Amino acid sequence: MEFKTFVFYFLAVIMVFAALRVITARNPVHAALFLVLTFFNAGGIWLLLQAEFLAITLVMVYVGAVMVLFLFVVMMLDINLDRIREGFWSYLPVGALVGILMLVEMVMVLGGSYFGLEAMPAPPPAGESFSNTRELGRVLYTDYVYPFELASLVLLVAMVAAVTLTLRKRKGIKGIPASEQVAVKREGRVELVKMQAEKED
Amino acid sequence: MESMLQPVADFFGPAWPAVWTLAKIVAIIAPLMICVAYLTLAERKVIGYMQVRIGPNRVGPKGLLQPIADGVKLLLKEIIVPSSSNKGLFILGPILAIAPSLAAWAVVPFDDGLVLANVNAGLLFLLAITSLEVYGVIVAGWASNSKYPFLGSMRAAAQMVSYEVSMGFALICVLLISASLNLSDIVTSQGTGMFADMGLGFLSWNWLPLLPMFVVYLISGIAETNRAPFDVVEGEAEVVAGHMVEYSGMAFALFFLAEYANMILVSILTSVLFLGGWLSPVGFLPDGFHWLAIKTAAILFIFLWARATFPRFRYDQIMRLGWKVFIPVTLVWVFVVAVWLMSPLSIWS
Repeated sequence: MEFKTFVFYFLAVIMVFAALRVITARNPVHAALFLVLTFFNAGGIWLLLQAEFLAITLVMVYVGAVMVLFLFVVMMLDINLDRIREGFWSYLPVGALVGILMLVEMVMVLGGSYFGLEAMPAPPPAGESFSNTRELGRVLYTDYVYPFELASLVLLVAMVAAVTLTLRKRKGIKGIPASEQVAVKREGRVELVKMQAEKED
Repeated sequence: MESMLQPVADFFGPAWPAVWTLAKIVAIIAPLMICVAYLTLAERKVIGYMQVRIGPNRVGPKGLLQPIADGVKLLLKEIIVPSSSNKGLFILGPILAIAPSLAAWAVVPFDDGLVLANVNAGLLFLLAITSLEVYGVIVAGWASNSKYPFLGSMRAAAQMVSYEVSMGFALICVLLISASLNLSDIVTSQGTGMFADMGLGFLSWNWLPLLPMFVVYLISGIAETNRAPFDVVEGEAEVVAGHMVEYSGMAFALFFLAEYANMILVSILTSVLFLGGWLSPVGFLPDGFHWLAIKTAAILFIFLWARATFPRFRYDQIMRLGWKVFIPVTLVWVFVVAVWLMSPLSIWS
């Protein structure tokens, strides 16, 4: 067995196991941490495909930022496991339907004549100086610059919307604006007085 | 060197690349651990002198064996696992803390060509690995199943994610002007320019054209490593010691090692990205690893100096500084550098 194949199966087995644990783990914090492990191994597999930019960005964005905030929320939830399990059987038909639908779609995409191994052969091996990051950047900012900028604008709008939805100006709070606190000078608060030393005589 | 190692390579056969890489990893990690040990002594000595004390001076000549004594003490102490903690994650916490802070050293260039992994996306790798550091704190805080550690880990999660953003923007400026994600290339690109040709290399390093970014990066680095004055994560007056409350012995020591290894990492990265790495500041002196060591030591001194000088920030002030000061400043400066780079006034053509 080639070393690369070994690495692939090593990463893939851990990834599938972790992905299964995400949905079977009882504790939501464990589930979130297994999701981190899944992302990490997915990043490793992408590295094997020489997509180093995508792999590192996956780790950086999803593991480094998104999952941290996710954990932040999950840890603070007070989840009653019994109450969640109550609804399991009533939700099962809907869940199974969605699952089967997704499975069928994936089989159609991957097994069909458009995306099979014959239709999408492996790309020729890249040269020594080939930089995945450079190529992606070039394509993103030339051929796909409008969709790219549009996507960033959508994200910006979503961000502004989230801020305005949660922003509330409460009246009557006793907090002092931080800018005023930062602008405080020593002269306004403390007066240094020169005093003669007191002596006993 | 190659011919000398040939018999050893023959002995190991196909396993040789793995063995050789392991040897190189040990050659990086072992000195690093010694540096960490003596950084703790340096910290206590420097802060001692700044507060008109002597600092540790009992163990060995001038207290030089103090870190060894501390290490032995921590090794021999019992590790107590709280009965109501989440045991698996409680053990995993310190491991998650130290692993990324050691993994990041794989791409740090020590001299021309002296680097464990000379990868093209080195800077990205660093960003990804350093963003994992927060997990150790979060997992430890949650698994302890105790209030202060949990508060500490909540603070850590918010603080480290916030300062990563401004750090990332500062790095974007660096890679804009050096047009490379490879750390060795970033260093060599700082060795060219008008001042470097005049023999005044230190003026053509990145710190001068990117002065605001240099300052932002350094301060964000202090915040990322949870050092004073940004150490609210473990602020002993408010949350006792944050995520480390329930840890004892070597488990506690691992957090300590991770924190100091991170400090050295941030310092060496600041030297590599902004202060020309192993390049000599003046033309008539040769380049070499010693320059990197001197620069790193100087920045580490700033870390200790800041700890002895500033009182701890209040938590909301930390978040305000990160989001309302650093991120706007870095965003504007990224734009300025991008325009500068494309204008006829560009100094990086």
